[in-house]
Amino acid sequence: MTNEHSAAAYWSANLRIITICMMIWALVSVGFGIVLRPLLAMLPITVGGTDLGFWFAQQGSILTFIALIFYYTWYMNRLDRRFGVDEQ
Amino acid sequence: MDQFVLNLIVVGATFALYIGIAIWARAGTTADYYTASRGVNPIVNGAATAADWMSAASFISMAGLIAFVGYGNSSYLMGWTGGYVLLALLLAPYLRKFGRFTVPEFIGDRFYSQSARIVAVVCLLVISITYVIGQMTGAGVAFSRFLEVENTTGLIIASTVVFIYAVLGGMKGITYTQLAQYCVLITAYTIPAVFISLQLTNNPVPALGLFSTHAESGLPLLSRLDEVLTELGFHDYTGHHGTTLNMVLFTLSLMVGTAGLPHVIIRFFTVPKVADARKSAGWALVFIALLYLTAPAVGAMAKLNILSTIYPDGTSEAPIAYADKPDWMSNWEQTGLLRFEDKNDDGRIQYYNDRSEDFASIAAERGWEGNEIVVFNQDILVLANPEIAQLPGWVLALIAAGGLAAALSTAAGLLLAISSAISHDVLKSVLMPGISDRQELMAARISMAFAILLATWLGLNPPGFAAQVVALAFGLAAATLFPALMMGIFSQKMNTEGAVAGMLVGLISTLTYIFTYLGWFFVPGTNLLENVQENWLFGISPLSFGAVGAVLNFATAWAVMKLTKAPPPEIQALVESIRVPRGAAGAIDH
Repeated sequence: MTNEHSAAAYWSANLRIITICMMIWALVSVGFGIVLRPLLAMLPITVGGTDLGFWFAQQGSILTFIALIFYYTWYMNRLDRRFGVDEQ
Repeated sequence: MDQFVLNLIVVGATFALYIGIAIWARAGTTADYYTASRGVNPIVNGAATAADWMSAASFISMAGLIAFVGYGNSSYLMGWTGGYVLLALLLAPYLRKFGRFTVPEFIGDRFYSQSARIVAVVCLLVISITYVIGQMTGAGVAFSRFLEVENTTGLIIASTVVFIYAVLGGMKGITYTQLAQYCVLITAYTIPAVFISLQLTNNPVPALGLFSTHAESGLPLLSRLDEVLTELGFHDYTGHHGTTLNMVLFTLSLMVGTAGLPHVIIRFFTVPKVADARKSAGWALVFIALLYLTAPAVGAMAKLNILSTIYPDGTSEAPIAYADKPDWMSNWEQTGLLRFEDKNDDGRIQYYNDRSEDFASIAAERGWEGNEIVVFNQDILVLANPEIAQLPGWVLALIAAGGLAAALSTAAGLLLAISSAISHDVLKSVLMPGISDRQELMAARISMAFAILLATWLGLNPPGFAAQVVALAFGLAAATLFPALMMGIFSQKMNTEGAVAGMLVGLISTLTYIFTYLGWFFVPGTNLLENVQENWLFGISPLSFGAVGAVLNFATAWAVMKLTKAPPPEIQALVESIRVPRGAAGAIDH
């Protein structure tokens, strides 16, 4: 860590990406999978004879979780290098 | 070859493998014993975490859990996977950077207080001991079912195997046996699943088969399942039949609870770098998803397959005659997991929802006098799958080995969390701070031996509340440890007073809510209110309270922090340092 300023900037960049990822995390699971399921059911999309919300609850959410973790990992590795806080 | 001999050979071979690994991966220092000296490849750690996490319940019961309820139990799928996002983003990298051995150690050091550490140890012990009971009974049941030995003998064999690799190898031995156990359990789960998927949908990938066309009827598989179930008076598979609030809270409780389980968290202490901890959580979820995407497919397909077997000419025609039922039904009837009762003496098996008022008139018209499959254990959907798909005997033997691998890998992880909390947090930190590394290693081995004895004893004499304890473990992990860990990282100003008050409020509120409906300490008859939806506060079931407990913990901690003094500057500096990855390697020795 070079100085106070960049420590704060690194942390706030991290908090920003965490917030974005957590919003997607909640959206695809409790959102699309449960609360917003009736809304999704109004779309003219069916997956295997049922509505999109059912697919999100049983598969879509899990696949999105995996993508989210790997995206966050990739993003943070880049951020660590940019701020010079990566492990050598 | 005889099925029993086959089971013996396959299970015996896997056990020999685990013991071989134990001898190869002996632990020489406490760093070896607690964290495998932080030298585990992140992908290997991902597979070990998956085995650590997926218990006998995931392996044997998950498919049935989904199949008998349908959409409503999707909470388990989302909850038990979504927790890994919380781990990867909010906990694992920072706890790895902190670079210590146990979860209570982080809480004690971060909140500069031995009392905080002891509260964390108490939470850890309650969570892990309740959880380990289920694993030991699961292993005992698997043994008695497949190897025709007494439940007691089975448990003792299982404990001996765990004893050998856990006491010798500690985290190092456990890690590499968990890797082997993951390979065994995922192979065992996948093979019959692929065959049943091919049989029903012509699609070799079960997760895709679930959303494709049912070969026999030409309808989408799920539409066909909905149709058959509603024709028999059950509610449809894909519909939502509970309350939305409760389902949301239950899902969140499982997610937050997963992220707060100490035996899962300590797995992330074993990787070399902070970046590896993030990556490892991703791989863990990939390996878990291989089973969790397959399980709902297995459940739905096995259910539909059984319904078509019982009603070969459709649900409006007569069901199958008891004398003509397939061999696998007779086999499982002997185990008691499946039981028929010919209530109307017509020699046929009627399976329908006899509690549905709408269906009662149809049943009366057909001369049906009640559901005749009187015991239909949900585990059968996984256990009987190889026979339903008419696969060779070695596949059934593999299921036996897979179920045992799932139970033993989780038990070992839990036992390590329990024994390291005792040897490192209680003995080394509080009672005997002067002991050397060698003495602590010996203490760790002795506490492991005692933990195994305790778990075996509890497995032999399971308290009557085995089914409810899982709810307790997740609820407490969500309400106590997760908030404390998260605030320790994300709030620089969080102090001892706030953290301890938060944990205590989370612990007491969650215990009180669960005990109010399930009985004080689960003693039957001592519950204040009957455990039915009308009595639940805002319709929140005791299983879903963990998320509420977590919110209470956060709110209390924040309020108390505002009223008390800020943590000392060196603690604030410590928080600064765990937030950046650089320097993680230096944290190994302490």
